[in-house]
Amino acid sequence: MRIKWVECAALSVMAALSVMTGGGSWFLALALGVTLLKCLLIPTYHSTDFEVHRNWLAITHSLPISQWYYEATSEWTLDYPPFFAWFEYALSHVAKYFDQEMLNVHNLNYSSSRTLLFQRFSVIFTDALFVYAVHECCKCVDGKKACKELTEKPKFILSVLLLWNFGLLIVDHIHFQYNGFLFGLMLLSIARLFQKRHMEGAFLFAVLLHFKHIYLYVAPAYGIYLLRSYCFTANKPDGSIRWNSFSFVRLISLGLTVFLVSALSLGPFLALNQLPQVFSRLFPFKRGLCHAYWAPNFWAVYNALDKVLSVIGLQLKLLDPKKIPKASMTSGLVQQFQHTVLPSVTPLVTLICTLIAILPSIFCLWFKPQGPRGFLRCLILCALSSFMFGWHVHEKAILLAILPMSLLSVGKAGDASIFLILSTTGHYSLFPLLFTAPGKKNLFLIGWKLSTSLAWALWKSSVNLYSLSPPGS
Amino acid sequence: MFGDYEAQRHWQEITFNLPIKQWYFNSSDNNLQYWGLDYPPLTAYHSLLCAYVAQFINPDWIALHSSRGYESQAHKLFMRATVLIADLLIYIPAVVLHCCCLKEISTKKKIANALCILLYPGLILIDYGHFQIMYNSVSLGLALWGVLGVSCDWDLLGSLAFCLAVNYKQMELYHSLPFFCFLLGKCFKKGLKGKGFVLFVKLAGTVVASFTLCWLPFFTERAQALQVLRRLFPVDRGLFEDKVANIWCSVSVFLKIKDILPHHVQIIVSFCLTLLSLLPACVKLTLQPSPKGFRFTLVSCALSFFLFSFQVHEKSILLVSLPVCLVLSEIPFMSTWFLLVSTFSMLPLLLKDDLLMPSVVTTMAFFIACATSFSIFEKTSEEELRLKSFSVSVRKHLPRFTFLPRIIQHLFIISVITMVLLTLMTVTLDPPQKLPDLFSVLVSSVSCLNFLFFLVYFNIIVMWDSKDGRNQKKIH
Repeated sequence: MRIKWVECAALSVMAALSVMTGGGSWFLALALGVTLLKCLLIPTYHSTDFEVHRNWLAITHSLPISQWYYEATSEWTLDYPPFFAWFEYALSHVAKYFDQEMLNVHNLNYSSSRTLLFQRFSVIFTDALFVYAVHECCKCVDGKKACKELTEKPKFILSVLLLWNFGLLIVDHIHFQYNGFLFGLMLLSIARLFQKRHMEGAFLFAVLLHFKHIYLYVAPAYGIYLLRSYCFTANKPDGSIRWNSFSFVRLISLGLTVFLVSALSLGPFLALNQLPQVFSRLFPFKRGLCHAYWAPNFWAVYNALDKVLSVIGLQLKLLDPKKIPKASMTSGLVQQFQHTVLPSVTPLVTLICTLIAILPSIFCLWFKPQGPRGFLRCLILCALSSFMFGWHVHEKAILLAILPMSLLSVGKAGDASIFLILSTTGHYSLFPLLFTAPGKKNLFLIGWKLSTSLAWALWKSSVNLYSLSPPGS
Repeated sequence: MFGDYEAQRHWQEITFNLPIKQWYFNSSDNNLQYWGLDYPPLTAYHSLLCAYVAQFINPDWIALHSSRGYESQAHKLFMRATVLIADLLIYIPAVVLHCCCLKEISTKKKIANALCILLYPGLILIDYGHFQIMYNSVSLGLALWGVLGVSCDWDLLGSLAFCLAVNYKQMELYHSLPFFCFLLGKCFKKGLKGKGFVLFVKLAGTVVASFTLCWLPFFTERAQALQVLRRLFPVDRGLFEDKVANIWCSVSVFLKIKDILPHHVQIIVSFCLTLLSLLPACVKLTLQPSPKGFRFTLVSCALSFFLFSFQVHEKSILLVSLPVCLVLSEIPFMSTWFLLVSTFSMLPLLLKDDLLMPSVVTTMAFFIACATSFSIFEKTSEEELRLKSFSVSVRKHLPRFTFLPRIIQHLFIISVITMVLLTLMTVTLDPPQKLPDLFSVLVSSVSCLNFLFFLVYFNIIVMWDSKDGRNQKKIH
């Protein structure tokens, strides 16, 4: 009976909100609508990530801090930074009212209906931060013309693109992860930077880094932007640096913020002398170049080329079959391997490639800052470059590029067309995450088609809207 | 045992493996007690079509006798796909076409209208919910095509579509009287001696032809047709089964009608009451046929049948909900209210199928969609509720009668609060031991009261409708 109480409570809250929506607030209607959709997705397929998070709930609840990064009963060890561990700890205190059994570390693959309900509801609930962040982002987006038609307002378009992002729905509410509120933090920090509240933006990003370190992909953009546009308080008339406007105070306050956040996060583990262990968990370079689910990046193509060349080489008798290692690069979840024909790729090589890829945008950000929009572009480029050339990249990382791109796409027609291509291919590449009964795939094929046509329709309308605006703005 | 899902699968098995003559008869191969066929021939033909596809994919699904209770992921997907395809081909185009034909409304509102109609929770839950696979969308869609045809003056096509609907599910007969009266009224208008008579003959011909076509295989022997009729109209079953938001079920809480009146008297009483309650609207429609009056008469007739007829199933409320969806754009507030009550009235059925979460979610989604598209809470004046002429007439006798909109608003709030409370109670509490059916009885009684109110309301609209039109013409 307890499940029904919780369901009723949650649904009563939403019912009350929906009555308030009767007043006509479209934003609330959109947010509530997508929340209702998320509720309908509760009983659908979930991946092993469900067990991962249950395991982390168990670890943080039952074990002392000193054991958190050493515990290895389950294969899904804790590999997110400490803030996320604290988040799971907080959640575990609510979880014990749902089902005490899920907090037992030895209950591997435990998934009672109450556990499922709790986990799903926790994702839906923490998405509130994402909704708030989208609300803040909408404030930063202004149409050039005053639009009477609701569906042509950039705010409306942006809300739909972000709140109903199908990639996020697939990853968070089916495959099961907590990306919603993390992206909420990122979008909120971007919005703060747009609103010229740089300290808050920096603080939020620092916090975000300690929740999930994948956001290191975009850290260069933040660093360079804050250094260039915040620490140097003024520019020369032609836009280049005015060196004497450097403000040490600002630099130090930024540094202090980052330092304090890191101290809060890593401090306990430094005191316990566990930092190397934490880092080895956070950055598992032994895992291999490509993740099990192929992320469509450069190294996937590289591997495929290597395979093709080796097959050709075998046919043409240029290669000795005995020298080719038996381990294939696609079998198994995490493995290291050697390439056969092309030179092997080490983590250092991927880092260098990534750095080379982001260099142009970084240079632009330094030498020709274009305000928050330029920063956003650089951020997207950093995310895309890291996705392309990074080591052990997940498919889900494409969301890191798609979501900020939505912000840009409502501003200019050119950006909108790029966004169309990016979001379509990005969302399509997420489909292997749903490898289960074909029915689900069909459902999301429909959803993907809908989102694509939505993006196309919005692109068309934004082209109309901005056809009169001058280019390069 | 398993519900309508197994029934549909069984019908595919029967229609595929047995000759037509045996479909409706009890035999060693066809045990009528085990989900016997009790819908008209068109349902059987549709099952046959699905069975051919099933045979192509996996013959085990419809193997005679050995496939009873068959359930697998692939089979579920197949069955759900058949419902979806039927929906896409018949129901959804009809809804879209209906919204396109609405006059004096912007394109955006037309799309919003279509969205709200398609989001109606009742149809979605019954057709796609756990073990209910009912193909209601086929019969409702065909009826909708009929309404569209007849409203746009394509009378022959419209009546053909409606005949097909009746031949798909006999419950569509609830809608038959308004169709008959509307078309009759059109014939009268065109003049009984000239065009009207020609139209009458053409329509009669269409109806007879379509019925003959569907029933052709069963006309070879008299026994066949009679047996089919006996399966379709089980008159020996009684006034009601289970808890239905019906007058009879609600009254039987106090008076055990089933025990007091003998069987044939029950049938006569229900027949008379039904006729009495729908006569005024139908007569009005015959004398003054108009598409708008037609739609409202559909609502009131179907509602009368639902409330007073015999052997009414909870799902029959869908037959009333469809016409109400059609008038959604004209009286959004009352229509939304009615559709919410209709979904609520099916609550015991939905809870039995474990559909609490989807039903609440879809109801809220529907409510949000309607509230934001039509801004229903602003449209509660007399004018908006189409009660202007009624109030004017009443005010001739009672000059102080200005509080009708406020009463209706209060009633709405009371109704919604009651529904929410009852839902919460049904879900969380256990009924007392002496009254195990307490909550379903409460649900059906509350819904019945709501429906009675709506019956009165829609009848008022129909009866006072033309005066409204005449007044408007005077103003313009």
